[in-house]
Amino acid sequence: MSDLSEANLGALSAIVDKYRRQPTYLVQVLREVQDALDHIPPAAMAYVASALGVPIGQVEAVTAFYAFFHDRPMGRYRVLISDNITDRMLGSMALVEHMLNRLKLKLGEVSADGVVSVGLTSCTGMCDQGPAMLVNNRTITRLTPRRIDEICELIRAQVPLDDWPSFYFKVDDNIRRADMLLAAQWSPGEALRAATSLGPQGMIHELRLSNLRGRGGAGFTTAVKWEAARNAPGHGPNATRYVVCNADEGEPGTFKDRVLLQSYAGHVFEGMTIAGYAIGASRGFLYLRGEYTYLLQALEKHLADLRKMNLLGRSVCGVEGFDFDIEIHVGAGAYVCGEETALIESLEGKPGRPRIRPPFPVTHGYLGQPTVVNNVETLCKVLEIATHGGARYAGLGTKQSTGTKILSVSGDVDRPGLYEYPFGVRIAQVLEDCGARHPQAVQVSGAAGMCLSEREFGRRIAFEDVPTAGSFMVFGAQRDLFEVARNFTHFFAHESCGFCTPCRVGTTLVSNLMDKIAAGHGTQYEMNELNRLAGVIKGSAHCGLGTASCNAIVDTVQKFRPAYEKRLKAVDFEPAFDLDAALAKAREVTGRDDADAHLAQGMEQH
Amino acid sequence: MNEIANRFNIDGGPVDFEPGQTILQAALAAGVFIPHLCAHPEFTPHGSCKLCTVTVNGRSGSACTIAAMPGMDVQSDTPELNSRRRVLLQMLFVEGHHFCPGCEKSGNCTLQALAYEMEMLTPHFAHFFPDRPVDASHPDVLLDLNRCVMCELCVRASRDFDGKNVFSLAGRGMASKIVVNSPTGLLGDSDLAVTDRAATICPVGAILPKRVGYKVPIGERLYDPIPISAQVGRLSGATAESGCCGCGSGASGGGCGATASATVAQKEA
Ligand SMILES: Cc1cc2nc3c(=O)[nH]c(=O)nc-3n(C[C@H](O)[C@H](O)[C@H](O)COP(=O)(O)O)c2cc1C
Ligand code: SF4
Ligand code: SF4
Ligand code: FES
Repeated sequence: MSDLSEANLGALSAIVDKYRRQPTYLVQVLREVQDALDHIPPAAMAYVASALGVPIGQVEAVTAFYAFFHDRPMGRYRVLISDNITDRMLGSMALVEHMLNRLKLKLGEVSADGVVSVGLTSCTGMCDQGPAMLVNNRTITRLTPRRIDEICELIRAQVPLDDWPSFYFKVDDNIRRADMLLAAQWSPGEALRAATSLGPQGMIHELRLSNLRGRGGAGFTTAVKWEAARNAPGHGPNATRYVVCNADEGEPGTFKDRVLLQSYAGHVFEGMTIAGYAIGASRGFLYLRGEYTYLLQALEKHLADLRKMNLLGRSVCGVEGFDFDIEIHVGAGAYVCGEETALIESLEGKPGRPRIRPPFPVTHGYLGQPTVVNNVETLCKVLEIATHGGARYAGLGTKQSTGTKILSVSGDVDRPGLYEYPFGVRIAQVLEDCGARHPQAVQVSGAAGMCLSEREFGRRIAFEDVPTAGSFMVFGAQRDLFEVARNFTHFFAHESCGFCTPCRVGTTLVSNLMDKIAAGHGTQYEMNELNRLAGVIKGSAHCGLGTASCNAIVDTVQKFRPAYEKRLKAVDFEPAFDLDAALAKAREVTGRDDADAHLAQGMEQH
Repeated sequence: MNEIANRFNIDGGPVDFEPGQTILQAALAAGVFIPHLCAHPEFTPHGSCKLCTVTVNGRSGSACTIAAMPGMDVQSDTPELNSRRRVLLQMLFVEGHHFCPGCEKSGNCTLQALAYEMEMLTPHFAHFFPDRPVDASHPDVLLDLNRCVMCELCVRASRDFDGKNVFSLAGRGMASKIVVNSPTGLLGDSDLAVTDRAATICPVGAILPKRVGYKVPIGERLYDPIPISAQVGRLSGATAESGCCGCGSGASGGGCGATASATVAQKEA
């Protein structure tokens, strides 16, 4: 600990004390340590380990797991530019080049004076107002070359982030079509009082009538989940139950939860409280993705206001024995933490690796206790059901998919933003409403979802047909679907937690193959390999990240084959490197450059 | 009502199980071999290597983590599943550095034995050639993570058996790696002892006790005379006849307590 200054020691001890030195707060503690020291040096890890009473290996493991944590100095201004496909379509890569040139840096490199580093990060959830970047976890939208110039100036002059022009940090809602949820006003406590007058069983009964299904992707029936948690006994002397709101929203192209948290936080928190009431929980967590740290202050204030209104705290709403409070945990850059068991691991202060299931969180979740994990939008929908009753709710949408669904629309459209529709809306309708420009494909539900071609635009958004977690990315006629799929393969290779063999190694093999094809060295052999690997990974990965990681490849190979074929060499096999180029050095040394000193690549020469 | 028998089928043949057993445990106890690497009878199932992937009533899953249920229809020894296992093994081989002919674990290595079993003839994929330094700082134990397959058996052994937490899995994705809990990150500065369970549990040659490497000559080692699939009794932890976990340490008493404690753990489970 000798290399921690007095001041730093003071800062660290204040941080660990704030979290009552509890090991479950390890991720939160490290986030604040990083804010205070710009990175997490080994001495700070050792300090935190002993203060929280965890092995130093666990602190190291957590630091290394989350993309936003660094064990070495990364520059006092850590710039991360969003690398989602929609940001790319808006010209992000040229901006990255521009910024690196201005700062005379390479990607991922720290400037010699230690002031700045520039890197890429997975989708920041700003696809409707990209290209976007994070500077020390604060979001800046609508980047242009000019704005990049200004940012470089500010960084060079080392102006504190708080003094940067505030409009850089403005994040718009862009609500284009509002229905049940987005048009609803929040009257504090109304839905909660309706729920408490129904009683826990009554509330779950209405939920069952509503047939509400989870909005996080899998579409699990919410009533079944709540009932299972309610019926599951707590374990041990500290037996209790928990409600977790999954606000990790890492799926590329999804940004609806961000808008709900920004402008409908009352709905979200009240939905959590109703869940707490119905299942008999005493605590709730909002797991906020690190990319949305800019929302933290406002959300904390919202919680404080709710406590003042007695909508949180002891005897909530005057209901004797109903004690419930909510706290916010902030993630640190790991898509896999959206998977509910990985999220729980992260809440417990560990790397976000998915657990073995069963047991499921409803019986053994946070700290082994029954836990309900719901998506932000799902919890908002609960208010409609509590207020208007399940039967009325079920009247909207389709049989298997009741109510409305919010879509985050981005890509080649005139009006990107949020569109709320009753379930069953046709893809074509959405495309028309958002002003899609000559769409050739729509990627529904993010990188893990489905790629639909023009022939499928008559299909419907519903669990019966095209299920979605809310991402809707439109690709115009000029886009190259091969590059879209390649971007997704890099995303999965980067976001794989590394726990299981097929996903850890397989996603990298797949993205290497895609790079080989992109570099012009692909043949039918690579196409067969992609197909074979996709089958192995899908059939054996441990969690949804791995099993979905090849969806986009399988879809685009099937539906947009020319995008691949135009890149393929006509030979059966091509090595990944250029044999002739490898001889350049030898030619230079020997001073020979005649025809015989060159090799024809591939098989044609034989 | 008839009581339902605790019996299911693997590849058409019946297997009896005791409630609480996983498919893998039940299969091994019944003498049916399912390839596996990260599972070990002494430790809680982990489910990361995915070599034990089987089809249960038509759906894929890990035999080491799925509880046995009456009437299940399990497919395991099928050409399709074995070819999938071959690809997974190839992935593990190219991810690290596995130079079997020069490795002192050769013949005692589970990865190698499984590769023979699955008739994996080549690594097939381009090698990743990761840069993983060797840690020789410990007087009695060598740590060469070039051969690590991330099974976390050392993590589990050290945490759950030795009570020392010497190892953790850090990083994510391809940057995943085993780290040592010590102020310097070096094994020599940790409290690992060669008598620890964690020092001999490694199924490959990543953690090796020093100075015993060739005590048992190559050709006479664990998997040299008998293929791994024929050693189900030892793998299930039910029989202690082989006397060694396959760690290559040649230790009979303190060095490797695998088989002695295996039976105990089996009973407790
Ligand atoms: C890799 C992966 C990432 C996920 N990310 C999210 C997410 O960001 N938000 C979310 O609500 N659900 C996500 N999920 C789904 C959750 O595991 C879980 O099903 C969901 O939160 C349940 O809430 P719901 O029933 O309200 O849909 C993800 C799943 C996987 C496999
Ligand atoms: S599928 Fe990928 S993300 Fe999921 S557990 Fe396996 S390695 Fe981790
Ligand atoms: S060192 Fe050995 S035991 Fe530990 S994870 Fe690697 S392969 Fe498994
Ligand atoms: S043995 Fe089952 S996943 Fe490794």
